[in-house]
Amino acid sequence: MNAAAPIRVLIGKPGLDGHDRGAKVVAAALRDRGMEVIYTGLHRTPEQIVDAAEQEDVQVIGLSILSGSHMELLPRVRELLVERGLDHVLLIAGGIIPLEDARVLEEQGYARVFGPGTPTAEIVAFIEDHVRSRPRP
Amino acid sequence: MTAGQLRPETLPEDTRRILEGIEEGRRGALARAITWIENGDPRAAPLLDFLQPRTGQAWRTGITGPPGAGKSTLVDGLTRYWSEQGRKTALLAVDPSSPFSGGALLGDRVRLDRALEQTDVFVRSMANRGSLGGLALATGAAADLLDAFGFEEIVLETVGVGQAEVDIAAAADVTVVVLTPASGDGVQAMKAGLMEVGDVFVVNKADEGGAERLAAELEQMLALRQAQREPDEGPDRQLVPENPRILVASAREGRGIEALAGAIEETRREGMASGRVPALREQRALMRVRRLLAEGLRAAIWENRRLRRGVRKALARGEGPDAFARRLLQAIFNRLDPDEPEEPA
Repeated sequence: MNAAAPIRVLIGKPGLDGHDRGAKVVAAALRDRGMEVIYTGLHRTPEQIVDAAEQEDVQVIGLSILSGSHMELLPRVRELLVERGLDHVLLIAGGIIPLEDARVLEEQGYARVFGPGTPTAEIVAFIEDHVRSRPRP
Repeated sequence: MTAGQLRPETLPEDTRRILEGIEEGRRGALARAITWIENGDPRAAPLLDFLQPRTGQAWRTGITGPPGAGKSTLVDGLTRYWSEQGRKTALLAVDPSSPFSGGALLGDRVRLDRALEQTDVFVRSMANRGSLGGLALATGAAADLLDAFGFEEIVLETVGVGQAEVDIAAAADVTVVVLTPASGDGVQAMKAGLMEVGDVFVVNKADEGGAERLAAELEQMLALRQAQREPDEGPDRQLVPENPRILVASAREGRGIEALAGAIEETRREGMASGRVPALREQRALMRVRRLLAEGLRAAIWENRRLRRGVRKALARGEGPDAFARRLLQAIFNRLDPDEPEEPA
């Protein structure tokens, strides 16, 4: 029964940047692969994003950030998830994030940080591969 | 087994863990339980049975209307308002699943700027997963969970509907229909369906003009209907809105929210006094039993080996398929109230 249940994903825009074309393109691609995608809208705080993830019981959080404040906001989201006992959630990010920052984030618990121009099919495949090995506790 | 006999220690371990979480007021546990309901997970059933006695405390308000009428923005204002009044408030927001991929883009949170800013409104987005009628199959049971969890105000927001998707009328104590001047004229409003279930009509987007005229047309149409009402419309009379109210609002500018909350309160007061709200709640239970029965019977009809055996025996003794089916139906019909002795055929 659960094999047929759609994967639930939260797509979030933390912080103050006002560009969400990338986030929407990814959200639409995931929807077209049968996932239920909750889009938060712009300008959310890490607290709001983690609240939303908890209430929506998502298996995946994808954060899009272009503002340059990724090294403040993204680690905070991870921290809050761990505090709330939500570290089973697959955490990914994308946007304008320099490679060395991406490596640091991946060491801190981000499953993958996707760079600009990543084909959506790659993101879809990554989620499908990794969600299966992380059942909800 | 009745609810009085259920004890937590008899529940399966996962179910007990989530139940304990719900009792401690943990929202993550509540969210997981809703997921179980949505996915038809068998761990949900004992949980619902256990929590059933704690339901019936919350008010359920349905918000429906055509796509783009401003339902989400209105819900943003209303949930914020209730939250500021100190009411524990939750929202179930339903959006359509794609009939092609089965996926869904659930975008209600985008409009919930005010509700999510420094309040503790609980929001759950639900895909309708192919269910027609404006809600998801799981919406009713999910609302029961929110009720048992201790929320006082539960808002059910439908997908954008056309004219005939009226499940919401039975799911909520008070139904709010949101329209805009662009929704069409009074003739659209005279059509059946949506217009027959509204307790409160909100003509939204008053900032765009034309709202007063549509409100006046609605007023006329509803007055006509009230005048034509038969004194006795049978046992379902109480399910028809008694005294529909019409409001003009601009959700975007935050105008009309307090008046809407007031109209909802008045409708509830009247509905409790007249017996309409208890009748609606009974109707809600009846519809849920009907749906579950239909699902269960369908499964039994298609899967049950016993049916094949029954048919074989019927044929062997010369009973035709029609006669056998009639006899089966009669047997099921006789059992629709398991607490009463069987009625003679």
